[in-house]
Amino acid sequence: MVSEAHQRRIFLKSALAVISSLIVPSVGYSRWDKNAYNKTEIVASVQSVGVTNLADLREGGGKITLLTPKIAENGAIVPITVNSKIPNTERIFIFAEKNPQPLVSDYVFTPHVEPFVASRIKMSETAFVHAIVLAEGVFYRTAREVKVTIGGCGEDS
Amino acid sequence: MRLLFYLAALGILISQAPARGSPEEDRQMFLDTYSKNLPDVPLSRYVHGSMMLSDDALSQYDSIMDFPPFQDAVDSGEKIWNTPFKNGQNFSNCFENKGVEIAGKFPYYDSDLEQVVTFEMALNFCLQNNNEAPVDFVDPETMGALSAYARSLSDGMLMQIEISTPDALAKYNDGKSLYFRRIGQYNLACASCHLTHGGHYFRDELLSPAIGQAVHFPVFRGGERLYTLQMRYQRCMEAVGAVPYSSGSEELNNLEFFHSYLNNGLPLESSVYRR
Amino acid sequence: MDKTVRFRVRVKDNIANVKAMIFHPMETGYRRDKNSKSIIPQHFVHTAIVALNGKTIMEVHWSRSVSKNPYLNIRVPGVSAGDEISISWLDNMGQSGSGVSAIS
Repeated sequence: MVSEAHQRRIFLKSALAVISSLIVPSVGYSRWDKNAYNKTEIVASVQSVGVTNLADLREGGGKITLLTPKIAENGAIVPITVNSKIPNTERIFIFAEKNPQPLVSDYVFTPHVEPFVASRIKMSETAFVHAIVLAEGVFYRTAREVKVTIGGCGEDS
Repeated sequence: MRLLFYLAALGILISQAPARGSPEEDRQMFLDTYSKNLPDVPLSRYVHGSMMLSDDALSQYDSIMDFPPFQDAVDSGEKIWNTPFKNGQNFSNCFENKGVEIAGKFPYYDSDLEQVVTFEMALNFCLQNNNEAPVDFVDPETMGALSAYARSLSDGMLMQIEISTPDALAKYNDGKSLYFRRIGQYNLACASCHLTHGGHYFRDELLSPAIGQAVHFPVFRGGERLYTLQMRYQRCMEAVGAVPYSSGSEELNNLEFFHSYLNNGLPLESSVYRR
Repeated sequence: MDKTVRFRVRVKDNIANVKAMIFHPMETGYRRDKNSKSIIPQHFVHTAIVALNGKTIMEVHWSRSVSKNPYLNIRVPGVSAGDEISISWLDNMGQSGSGVSAIS
């Protein structure tokens, strides 16, 4: 059990980490990239995270495991898992190609955490989900199509 | 008379005539229909309803249920359940065994009140008997959340509805007759889809059998929109173009009584994900 | 709105399988209020910091394309009893929260 005082210290340290990381970018980190997250088309979206030349995107092949459903039960909550076996993975970017803004999320890894992440995303319609891995300055990609019958962005009134 | 018999047999009058049998004979008739529609599917899978034939759907279900996004709603129900009334009593005092492992006996026929009592009604009776205001059957933040938590205290318990008097049987039969009655602009009965075609595909959706349905409520559709069983009946009635009965009405209570009896023997699990 | 983070942590061979959930609407800005019909504004967690014993080990960037009540599952190797994993988050309206879980 964590004592209250101890919990406060942890909270403050984390909160400070959040605040300070927003003021002074640490080496290898990148702040939430407004420019990238506002792109409305997949090619521009992929380029905006640093893939200046799409031809430089390497196929991840068996080294990136991307797990997605074949047919999403509900586009509002699509479970996905990405695991990178590429050494020195620094970033994982996730895109849902047909979402209004295709860049869904990105993760910054230090050597203290495995390059693995599972989360739940919203998909507006049937599309490819792309996982792009950045390791030692090289971008790798894998993708899987997910069929969506009930769209997840909630255009209901 | 013979013409009527032939017409009935051809299914022209009604899609499936309600059997003139006992509740157990009814349940067996439902089971027989489903084993024809779903050969090789064990009964234990029926609780997954329209997901039961899709490993892809079930894997999403398992993933979401591992850490449900509606946990906060269930937690708020836990808070309601645990908060004492103004008179110092609380919900657990109203139920046998403090509310643990009891939901499988609901609905039951109350011979004093001469009506079917559902679990949600019992929650409201508890409030009223303790001088608190009853809550709205269709409000997700009060009855929904409370029911989501309170029912979960009976997770794993087998549905075990008892019909042991002629008066109880009469209510069961009222519920059964609604189940088989064609209603709405589409002129469909519950039985049209969920008995005759339970386990068959309707466009790309698998129609869930009646057996397996009543044990897994309330549901959180899309992981967030709460529906009690009677709210679900209401949505179905609207779907066939009928004006729905109210949650807590005699009609839906009797329907739930009949429907729950069919589900006898299956384990309860409340607060689950549905698409 | 709940400002804390809910954790479920399981350790095997010193690797912590961390599952966490932040209870946040992750509002896309596309939905309309049922009564007033006006657009419900965007409201989503954009950044979360994962720390081990106070030291940042991972940074999470999300958008409104992440599901409501966002879920995060990560794996932290080399943990021992007494270690603390914390998650602090910040949303686009300047609201924040955090939670901590101790490895047993």
